[in-house]
Amino acid sequence: MDEFMLIFRHEDGKKVASPEQIEHWMKQTMDWVGSIAAQNKFGGGNGLPFEGSKVVWHNNVVTNGPFGEIKETIGGYIIVKAQSVDEAVEFAKGCPVLQGEGNSVEVRKIARGDGVH
Amino acid sequence: MEHHELIPHLFRIEYRKIVSVLCKHFGFDQVETAEDIASDTFLTAAQTWPLKGIPEEPVAWLYSVARNKAKNHLQRDRVFESKITPAIKSDASAIEDIDLSPQNISDSQLQMMFAICHPAIPPEAQIGLSLRILCGFGIDEIADAFLTSKETINKRLFRAREKLREEKITIGLPAQSEIDARLNTVLTTLYLLFSEGYYSTSQQQTLRKELCLEAMRLCYMLVDNSYTDKPPVNALLALMCFHASRFEARVGDNGEFILYNEQDTSLWNRELISKGGQLLHKATTGNIVSRYHLEASIAFWNTKKEDTREKWENILQLHNHLLQFEYSPIAALNRTYALSKVKGKHEAILEAEKLKLVTNHFYFTLLGELYTGIDNKKAKTNLEKAIVLARTSSDKQTIQKKIDALQ
Repeated sequence: MDEFMLIFRHEDGKKVASPEQIEHWMKQTMDWVGSIAAQNKFGGGNGLPFEGSKVVWHNNVVTNGPFGEIKETIGGYIIVKAQSVDEAVEFAKGCPVLQGEGNSVEVRKIARGDGVH
Repeated sequence: MEHHELIPHLFRIEYRKIVSVLCKHFGFDQVETAEDIASDTFLTAAQTWPLKGIPEEPVAWLYSVARNKAKNHLQRDRVFESKITPAIKSDASAIEDIDLSPQNISDSQLQMMFAICHPAIPPEAQIGLSLRILCGFGIDEIADAFLTSKETINKRLFRAREKLREEKITIGLPAQSEIDARLNTVLTTLYLLFSEGYYSTSQQQTLRKELCLEAMRLCYMLVDNSYTDKPPVNALLALMCFHASRFEARVGDNGEFILYNEQDTSLWNRELISKGGQLLHKATTGNIVSRYHLEASIAFWNTKKEDTREKWENILQLHNHLLQFEYSPIAALNRTYALSKVKGKHEAILEAEKLKLVTNHFYFTLLGELYTGIDNKKAKTNLEKAIVLARTSSDKQTIQKKIDALQ
C-alpha cells in the first residue's frame, strides 16, 4: 500500500466566503475525509489557513500571503493510503474543493525514502 | 451481611489494597508473595468467621492479619537470608513498618495501576494482571471473561509477572514529564477492561457488569487524585457513565440482549447520565481533545433517544473526527449508520459497500438494515451472511428476528 498526497489547489484565494458557506464546506470536507477514514485509508492531513501566510522569494524577498502575483494557491492537503494512483484519484474526485470551478486536486505519490522510490 | 456474602464483597475491595501496599513494601520481585499473603488472609477469614463470628471491624481485622502474616514472612525470610548471607544488615524497624493507613493504601493502589499498565507489558497481560491484582478476580472469572481456559490465564499472568521483574518496574508514580503518556496506557487498559464487560461474549451477566463497575471504580480513583485528574481521564469516566446508564435496559428478563432501539428508556439511569454530563463538562477544560472526548460526546448524544437531525449530524461529525484519530471497524460501522440517518439509506449503502469488513457480522447486519425497505432480497442475503458469522446465540437470534420481519 502506497501513500499519496492530495493537494487542494484554489484558483483564487482572495475570494471571501460567508461563515455559513465556510461551515457548509467544512462539513462536506469532514464527511469526505470521514468516508476515507472509515475505509482505513486516511493517513493524515491539515488545512492551511490563508491568513498570516507569507511567501519568500528569490533574494529573500518576503511578501504577504500566497496571493498577489500567484493566482493559484494551496488550501490544504490530506494523505491517503491507496493500492494505486487510480485509487487515490477516485478518493480525490470526492473532494469538495472541486465544486469550485477552476479549483483542482493534485495527486502525488509520497516517496518512501527506501532508496527505490 | 452474612459472612458468605461479606467475604467475597470485602475481597473485591480489600484484596487489591493489601496486595498494593505489600507489593510496594516488598518490591515487585515478590509480587506473588504479596498476592499469597493477601489470599491467605481471606482464607483465614473464611475459616475463622463462621466459627467465631464476624469481627466488629472486619476491615481492620483483615489488615491486622495481613500485617502479621507479612511480618512472619519477613522474619522467616530474614532468618533464611542471615544464614546464607550473614553480612546482611538487620533492620528490625523495617518489619514494623507495613503502612496500612488510608493515605498509603490509596497511593499504593494508584502506583500499582501505573506499574501494571507499564508500556513494556503487553496489553492482554495488563488486563489480566489488572483483573487479578487490582480487581481481585479469581482465575476462573478471568478465564470466563476472556472465554479461555484457566491454564491460559495462569500462563499469561505468569509471563506478565516475569516481565514486571525483568523490566525492573518499580512501584511509584511516573514523573510529571511522563504522566500524560503513561496515563494514556492506563486509560487504554481501563477502557479495554470496561469494554470487555460491556461487549464481552461471555454469557455471565453479573460478571460482565462487575467488570464494568471495576473499570469505573479504578477510573474514579484517577479522577480523585489531583495528580491524575486530567481531562482525558474525566472524558473516559464520562463515557463509561453514559454507557453504564443503559445497563438495566440492555438485558431482558431471560438474559437476552435488548437492542438500543428497543430499550425501555425509563430503565436508563438518569443519575449516571447526569454524572457523565458533569464529567464531560469538566473534561473540556484545557485544549486537549482525546479520543475519549469524542467517544464520550457520541455517547452523550446516544443518551437522547429522540431521532433529531441535530443528534445525527453531531454523531456523524464526531465519528468523522474519531476515525481520523484512530480507525476501528466499529467506528466505521457506526459512522455509516449515522450517515444513513443524516443523508438517507441510498447514500449510506454506497459508503457501506466500500467498507468491505467481510469477516464482521455487524457489517452484514448493518448492510441488511440499510437494504431493508430498499431491496429486501439483498437485505436478506446480507442478514444471512451475518448469522453465519455471529458468534453468540443471542446475536444469531437478534439477526433472525430481522430476517423474519422481512417476510
